[in-house]
Amino acid sequence: MSELHLLSTQQLITGLQDKQFSSLELTEHFIKRIDALDSKINSFITHTSETARAQAQAADEMRAQGDKRPLLGVPMAHKDIFCTQGVLTTCGSKMLHNFVSPYDATIVNNIAKAGMISLGKLNMDEFAMGSDNSSSYYGAVHNPWDIERVPGGSSGGSASAVAAGFVPVATGSDTGGSIRQPASFCGLTGIKPTYGRVSRFGMIAYASSLDQAGSMGRSAKDCAYLLQPMVGHDPRDATSIYYDIPNYVQDINDAEAQADDKPFAGLRIGVAKEYFGNGLNAEVDKVVRAALQKYEELGATIVEVNITDPEITLATYYMLAPAEASSNLSRFDGVRFGYRCENPKDLIDLYTRSRSEGFGPEVQRRILMGTYALSAGYFDAYYIKAQKVRRLIIKDFDEAFANCDVIASPTAPTAAYKLSENLDPATMYLGDVYTIGVNLAGLPALSQPVGLTSEGLPVGLQLIGQHWQESQLLTTAHLFQQHTDHHLQHSAIAKETV
Amino acid sequence: MNTATDNSTVHKETVRPEALRSELLVDGYEVVIGIEIHCQLNTDSKIFSSAPTDFGHEPNTQASIVDLGLPGVLPVLNSGVVERALKFGIGVDAELGLFNTFDRKNYFYPDLPKGYQITQMANPIVGRGHIDVVINEGEKNEYPKRMGITRAHLEEDAGKSVHDAVDGMTGVDLNRAGTPLIEIVSEPDMSSAFEALAYIKAIHQLVTWLGISDAIMAEGSFRCDCNVSVRKPGAALGTRTELKNLNSFRSIERAINREIERQIDIVEEGGQVVQATMLYDPDKDETRVMRTKEDANDYRYFPDPDLLPVRIEQHTVDTIRAAMPELPVARRARLENELELSEYDARILTGSRQLADYFEAVVSEVGQKHAKIAANWVMGELLGALNKDDKDITTTPISAIQLAGMLKRIFDDTLSGKLAKKAFSALYEREFGDADDAADQIIEAKGLKQETDTGAIKAIVEEVIANNAAMVEEYRGGKQKAFNGLVGQVMKASRGSANPQQVNQILKELLD
Repeated sequence: MSELHLLSTQQLITGLQDKQFSSLELTEHFIKRIDALDSKINSFITHTSETARAQAQAADEMRAQGDKRPLLGVPMAHKDIFCTQGVLTTCGSKMLHNFVSPYDATIVNNIAKAGMISLGKLNMDEFAMGSDNSSSYYGAVHNPWDIERVPGGSSGGSASAVAAGFVPVATGSDTGGSIRQPASFCGLTGIKPTYGRVSRFGMIAYASSLDQAGSMGRSAKDCAYLLQPMVGHDPRDATSIYYDIPNYVQDINDAEAQADDKPFAGLRIGVAKEYFGNGLNAEVDKVVRAALQKYEELGATIVEVNITDPEITLATYYMLAPAEASSNLSRFDGVRFGYRCENPKDLIDLYTRSRSEGFGPEVQRRILMGTYALSAGYFDAYYIKAQKVRRLIIKDFDEAFANCDVIASPTAPTAAYKLSENLDPATMYLGDVYTIGVNLAGLPALSQPVGLTSEGLPVGLQLIGQHWQESQLLTTAHLFQQHTDHHLQHSAIAKETV
Repeated sequence: MNTATDNSTVHKETVRPEALRSELLVDGYEVVIGIEIHCQLNTDSKIFSSAPTDFGHEPNTQASIVDLGLPGVLPVLNSGVVERALKFGIGVDAELGLFNTFDRKNYFYPDLPKGYQITQMANPIVGRGHIDVVINEGEKNEYPKRMGITRAHLEEDAGKSVHDAVDGMTGVDLNRAGTPLIEIVSEPDMSSAFEALAYIKAIHQLVTWLGISDAIMAEGSFRCDCNVSVRKPGAALGTRTELKNLNSFRSIERAINREIERQIDIVEEGGQVVQATMLYDPDKDETRVMRTKEDANDYRYFPDPDLLPVRIEQHTVDTIRAAMPELPVARRARLENELELSEYDARILTGSRQLADYFEAVVSEVGQKHAKIAANWVMGELLGALNKDDKDITTTPISAIQLAGMLKRIFDDTLSGKLAKKAFSALYEREFGDADDAADQIIEAKGLKQETDTGAIKAIVEEVIANNAAMVEEYRGGKQKAFNGLVGQVMKASRGSANPQQVNQILKELLD
């Protein structure tokens, strides 16, 4: 039982069904690991161990009474960007250090309805702004593969908790790569679904037209299990969309049943030279190319496609996302909830000091950039121009998909770097260069682990799909994982027993 | 896109506005006024949340997590708001924004929970339209004028700051936050306070007529901001100031006139009007500067990414148009033409849609040929009584069927005019409740039936003659006044029930 935390979601479900272990035993196992080891990586902001135990006990009783929900009693944890009723919801910020949400996000509710047990709230970059989880008010998160290194961000707590074996799966959110890049840094699979696939209600907004919740796990199938209860139209989110919802696990199982030794025969993988340009670390380049070769060996055809120059995409993103953020974060004003400065002398002082003291530097930087981009006299040159470029980016993706089924690229230009490198903002933004186009186009994409650098650090391969093709991405990554063992490599912390 | 419902041809051109231009000058200055009206739409729930819109509750009891702007919440558009705005657009013969979008207007204020107001800047739901009004209506110097409407757009209302709510501190009440508004922006077509008032009253009548707003100024569900400037005729437009928070027709008129005087004084003294937002103080009857352009916000408008563009199908517009009520101007013309009512009667009876409906319900019972008498009863007795009791037609104790039932008894000579007034009072006191035939029951119970039997009347007349020999003598001596005295005696003896014409006739026969 000492390696329960290394089991796949499928194995956990089977184990619970076959009474190899109870949900309570499973939950205790994870809580014990978190209590013993999280001080090393700081992946949790809030623990909900007591309610988790109670829920696990209840789940065991329900299962005994014939409840057949597959995920019943399986533990997980939420990124602290999702509102959880009665539980502290901080978004990684001092601004919300005291905010106990009076309501559940739609996905939190849906996952609870599926019977899963939440072990707590996971650390993240403040308001999801950051790429290495160093901007959290609750302290930096460390990479379980090498605790001197960053886990990526902004879903850094989610990635490191899964990679450390603290939870089998976790929710994340992705505005410019915040699921995929930490998945890459921590050797996980993580999927950002099509914009509109998952409700944003109760997910604290960073950039509303780009934000999308998704799932993270060790394998594509783990991600599929958690994604299933998250998707679907929500009447409380006007941008969530009615669209056929596949059964992701079923699709994976069907594809596996049909697969021969060339499972990717007929699959055209688009590769864009723009994704292999300057700035791509040589070792990452090597690992990613080897993965593409493996795909070819398994029957896929590599075709060359063109996509928008990533530097243009990056500039577009860093115009639009802060613009939306500057407005979205206006509600944090010290009046109704959250941080309020001491002894304000008047209204302006209340606003100014509450926001100056409550927001960290990266958040303030983006609010200022966005406010500038929306200001009278600059709006057309910045915001409107960026919106036009955004349409061109979408068009370029459309054209690329005329010649391929999925597009593959490195997820990030580097593997996890050291926390002590203390990147300046512009360099950190460059780390998003391969992931942000997907958000601007609203496409689904996942990152899967495809090998290690010479230093033993994971490298991720990004697969980008067409709108609504999450199932194809998950199935493709799963079949790859059937023929490789990169996803079965474990971090140093995961190997520790307690 | 044009959706013409022509309401333009009805007013008679009594005086050409051009001829009035010189009359409208104030001390040689021409006045230019444009008006923005914030009108609450009367949906049960808010524009972007399911919280109720009821007025007058304890602070912060009518606000949901969406209205409070909690982290993570999202707006979802209430479709009832769209339907009401389209009705308005059709009512002012406007181009409709069949593709309309929402924008964020960003500014910080404690009663604005999200730090931005969701409004429509770039693509409003109602485009250019117009409304025809009559200025100085009912007066000798009345004249018609067409006022342009620039646009009308949907937005959410803010909450309220309640000053000194708690011991020297300002409280915030978010009950009103998220209440749906349509902001109606006029062209600068008004040239006097009277014209401004006539426009505002016409819009007020239209929105209540369409049933899209309660439009109660005192409750803030119909708020007017007036942009005022002055210039010498032919000169370029002067700098305007904006008068805010005008919460009665009276204060609108007075505030505009005070502001016109203030601006003219400034210009006459060689100064320049500064663009500013003005507050009207009704106690001192003066306007004063609230803030100038220097402290104006940069609202950083941009499309709200939480809300999808609203695309309205033509068939939706067609359905709404088909269900549109006849508009006031058209209805008034019909009452004048079909029912041969005077312009005055028609105007009073179309004062509200409910009143016009009531009146027409009465007429449909008693028949068109009795329309004038029905009008007299509705406008005279009924509105008089309602007015005295601070009621209006929506709270009338007499239903249209009941009033028509009483009128029928006048037309068939069961009731004399005098008895009818007694019957009306009893109806008004609801002595027989909701019964459709309450008038008949009252006549029966109170014995109000007019006596028309010649023999019976003759018997009373004979008795009166016998008992009033002196009066009879006076009459026969040539005193006409004594005849009236005898009629009075007969009516008294019959307890008011004798038919007056018959009494006259029989008395004359017996005396002459």
